[in-house]
Amino acid sequence: MLLIECPWCGFREESEFRCGGEAHIVRPLDSESLSDAEWADYLFMRTNPKGRHRERWVHEHGCRRWFNVERDTVTHEILAVYRMGEHPPAEPATGGRRR
Amino acid sequence: MTERYQRRSALAHLGLEARASVVAGEGGVTLREAPMRGLLVLRGDGGGKAFRSEVTAVLGIEPVVEPLTAARRRDLSILWLGPDEWLVITPDRRRARIERMLRDALVGQHAAVTDVSHGRTVLVLSGPDVLAVLAKGCSLDLHPRMFGPGRCAQSRLAKCQALIHQTTDAPEFEIHVPRSFAQYAWMWLEDAGQEFDLRIAPAE
Ligand SMILES: [Zn+2]
Repeated sequence: MLLIECPWCGFREESEFRCGGEAHIVRPLDSESLSDAEWADYLFMRTNPKGRHRERWVHEHGCRRWFNVERDTVTHEILAVYRMGEHPPAEPATGGRRR
Repeated sequence: MTERYQRRSALAHLGLEARASVVAGEGGVTLREAPMRGLLVLRGDGGGKAFRSEVTAVLGIEPVVEPLTAARRRDLSILWLGPDEWLVITPDRRRARIERMLRDALVGQHAAVTDVSHGRTVLVLSGPDVLAVLAKGCSLDLHPRMFGPGRCAQSRLAKCQALIHQTTDAPEFEIHVPRSFAQYAWMWLEDAGQEFDLRIAPAE
């Protein structure tokens, strides 16, 4: 069981959260002009890296807020937690961000 | 709209009144239901001056900013649920009036007031062994160094969605559960409290 730090509620057990997939995917503003391939790329294609990955999580059974988590997909180590609208940390972090 | 006299507690069918002890507080834990609370979910811009002042004017309490805390004034409480979301607890008889006053005060603002009273019930657990009972089904750290009177948190109790609010130092906890989970949560608490000589107190 992972302990995940909600930016609002602090550390809670994993079962209170749900992962919402890759973070920082921007919806195309001019979707009408996209080709099917471009639209499919936005909708379905994900980076799926082995290692550091930025994801959206929601504190579903707590405050119900969405936020971002930077997680190592191999070790499950959580490298950073930051709120919606905040920028991801540029350098590899050593642990969870403090409020 | 259901008339007030037709409303029934979520646990009415358990016949708890007949089982309630006359002498309160002699067991390690005491459990009772607090049915028919007025429960209003309030949403709005917690950092906004207009929102804060209008809410304060109606309730006499500021919307709490500090996560996981609650404030109380006389018979009204306000609990933090999120950075733009609160639960306002009122006596049943004042529920509709306070809802209307909040709505009127917040006209034109990006805000919402929703009455959720009928969808939930409140179980009140108190006594010296409360923390041991809750620890059996809840991963929150409710130890006094982390929690205390005036703190609240949404989490799960025995897998049931629950809002846990410590009201007094005694300690006494109010546990809000969805109405459809009321019997499950009650029976789970009764079972968990058995080894601590749980007593049932009359409903509020
Ligand atoms: Zn949270």
